[in-house]
Amino acid sequence: MENKEALFEYVLRIADNALILGHRVSEWCGHGPSLETDIGLTNIALDLVGHARVLLQYAAQVEGKGRSEDDLAFLRDIRDFKNVLLVEQPNGNFANTIARQFLFDTFNYHFFAALSNSKNEKLVAIAKKSIKELTYHYRYSAEWVIRLGDGTEESHEKMQEALDDIWDYAGELFVADEVDAKMLEEGIGVDLEAIRPLWEERVNAILKEATLTRPKDGWIQKGGKQGKHTEQMGLVLAEMQWMQRAYPGMEW
Amino acid sequence: MENTIENLEAKFQAKIDAEIKIEPKDWMPEKYRKTLVRQISQHAHSEIVGMLPEGNWITRAPSLRRKIGLLAKVQDEGGHGLYLYSAAETLGTSREQMFEDLNSGKAKYSSIFNYPTLTWADIGAVGWLVDGAAIMNQVMLTRASYGPYARAMVRICKEESFHQRQGYEITMALAQGTPEQKEMAQDALNRWWWPSLMMFGPNDADSTHSAQSMAWKIKRKSNDELRQAFVDATVPQAEFLGLTIPDKDLKWNEERGHYDFGEIDWEEFWQVVKGGGPCNKDRLKARNKAYKEGAWVREAAMAHAEKRAERRKNN
Repeated sequence: MENKEALFEYVLRIADNALILGHRVSEWCGHGPSLETDIGLTNIALDLVGHARVLLQYAAQVEGKGRSEDDLAFLRDIRDFKNVLLVEQPNGNFANTIARQFLFDTFNYHFFAALSNSKNEKLVAIAKKSIKELTYHYRYSAEWVIRLGDGTEESHEKMQEALDDIWDYAGELFVADEVDAKMLEEGIGVDLEAIRPLWEERVNAILKEATLTRPKDGWIQKGGKQGKHTEQMGLVLAEMQWMQRAYPGMEW
Repeated sequence: MENTIENLEAKFQAKIDAEIKIEPKDWMPEKYRKTLVRQISQHAHSEIVGMLPEGNWITRAPSLRRKIGLLAKVQDEGGHGLYLYSAAETLGTSREQMFEDLNSGKAKYSSIFNYPTLTWADIGAVGWLVDGAAIMNQVMLTRASYGPYARAMVRICKEESFHQRQGYEITMALAQGTPEQKEMAQDALNRWWWPSLMMFGPNDADSTHSAQSMAWKIKRKSNDELRQAFVDATVPQAEFLGLTIPDKDLKWNEERGHYDFGEIDWEEFWQVVKGGGPCNKDRLKARNKAYKEGAWVREAAMAHAEKRAERRKNN
């Protein structure tokens, strides 16, 4: 695999995680449990789609085929999307959304912190700019895990169930493949094994404070990075891409 | 002078006439308080319900730039709702009470949000026309006699003008785009024009609260004055875009220095105000669903806060 090809693939994965999760979280807009959570979730969605834009712009530049951020977002089909399965999972109830967000935010925060030491200057710049927002997400979702876990009996149960439901998708965050290996070797990418303990430590501490039980590590559902998604993904894309598919090649 | 009701009222009116802002701890006539609670809470509800028609297009926005713009806008609206609920709370009501009144249908919100957003062009039209109409109203309210309301409006207006420009820009991109896009923009203008004019409320002659609100300087301009100002400002904008206002009676009146325009369908206006608009049921259902399904989350947050406070006390 060429360096450029691997870099394109690598940046695309980071971008797709942000884009698809941002899309999911944006579905909450106007429907949150309180005005404050509505604003909070919309704000997070806004940050994530913002990250996706910068990353897709960079991916397009690396690819060098004249595609734009919008071409990459709206004109790729399922098999060319490289986000992890975790982020495409449906919102469910507020606890489902928070569980997904917490597991991803914890990863994403440490991932971007590590990325800011990359040899790739562009990625360093993106990481340094994003980390402020990611710090906010990192705090926000963890605090909600604690509130729900250590809130009422009902919220505790819902939070536990949400974690149990989504846990199998968390493992993929740390499954490195040849693209990860190549980027690590070049000093560009992040060592997933190095950030895993940071993720573990934080997740364990927050779950403990939230009086929740860490689900058992069992199966790892994976495939997103290779474009092998869950059935959820097609529906996300059908909705997200509809305008560009129906009215191709226009300026909006 | 003795503090009889008459004296208090006279002092209050003198303050209003001298353009001194009324603040939460000041004495005020009960009716002034009630009028403001009604108006500010309706205003807050409008921001919140107004998140729905636009939120409808967030997941389908045609470009990432537009998606971001729309997300930021709807987030701002949530923030405006918060300012306004806080302003209303300074008058002694509670957010829970206001939510209950909204959800039960007792409290009103702006009738405009009972119209559906059918195409992407509607997002442009809502920004351009609906926010445009709102700004007319809100700029006037920055000088309202009640301090907390006036101050909230100053903050809100800054963001609203940005939203309006954004909406106009969306419409402009369509108007200057392909024939399909231009048709989409024209169709949106056709559907949103009259509902936007209705946002200013009934004609002055039929407006029940107007006279008192003007005397108390809650309102500084009449419904018809504001509506006229909106038409005068918006017609040239439509012309610039090469779009046609759907009103055959629209005509510049040299003598008045204003545009004359056609009669509003007041039957439709009252039907929508009274709950019979195309989306009244859906909007209320969505609000009720969010509130009901979010109850356990709000309870959890309260329970956790109590536990924390208890622990802190014991440490």
